[in-house]
Amino acid sequence: MENRMTVRFAALGVNESFARSVAAAFAAHLDPTLEELTEIKTGVSEAVSNSIIHGYREDPEGIVEMECKVSEKRYITLIIRDWGAGIEDVEKAREPMFTTGKPEERSGMGFTVMESFMDRVEVVSEAGEGTTVTMTKRLDACGK
Amino acid sequence: MQSSFLVTDDIFVVSVSGELDHHCAGKLREEIDEAMDAFKCRHLVMDMEKVTFMDSSGIGVVLGRYSKISERGGRLVLAGCSDYVEKILLMAGVFTVINKENTAEEAIWLLRGYEQMKLGVNE
Repeated sequence: MENRMTVRFAALGVNESFARSVAAAFAAHLDPTLEELTEIKTGVSEAVSNSIIHGYREDPEGIVEMECKVSEKRYITLIIRDWGAGIEDVEKAREPMFTTGKPEERSGMGFTVMESFMDRVEVVSEAGEGTTVTMTKRLDACGK
Repeated sequence: MQSSFLVTDDIFVVSVSGELDHHCAGKLREEIDEAMDAFKCRHLVMDMEKVTFMDSSGIGVVLGRYSKISERGGRLVLAGCSDYVEKILLMAGVFTVINKENTAEEAIWLLRGYEQMKLGVNE
């Protein structure tokens, strides 16, 4: 049986930990390993931070949506959506160390981290319209 | 996220605990920079032993401190990184320019050794 849930929250930094905790709690019934849980939390944290920092430039009026789905085959899909500034060049944004922020304080490693911890990361974005990041991960069958 | 400080000679040791994400990164950056300036410390040890979560914001904090400290001729040493923290830092090649030690004490010894070596060269 597929299970799903959706939460929407203000684009506030304090909600980064809220979002990753909710995603981890939702995934918990699949009995993932501690490592898998940390990887899920990290992927969510990166995508939500991107929406807050780049999508809404930290405007708390912005809304971030997180949709989580799990399937019987132990696939977890996390969809992080914003209606903010969008990304002009998605391919460039996904390059390691690329950042539009202060290079001495921002690592530009957000997408690289997501790609390392998830099995598939898809980014759909349009300037001025917003960004949707879809991450999919297959949990270890030995978990249960 | 919480941080506590210790100053020994001109080495500033910050012990970071809890979750380090973008929301907390700015606060940690400011705390370290302000305190290092106030105590006039040249070197920095970041003790990551009690970090329970870190995303790429942690890379930004580490590389940002590295570039600031290097400009003043100081050195940054990381200590107590878990496998998970190390994995994230490795993605950005952090350890090609920054030393890591198992504990803060070992990091302090490394920096003291470096200072003594420099004194030896100058004499």
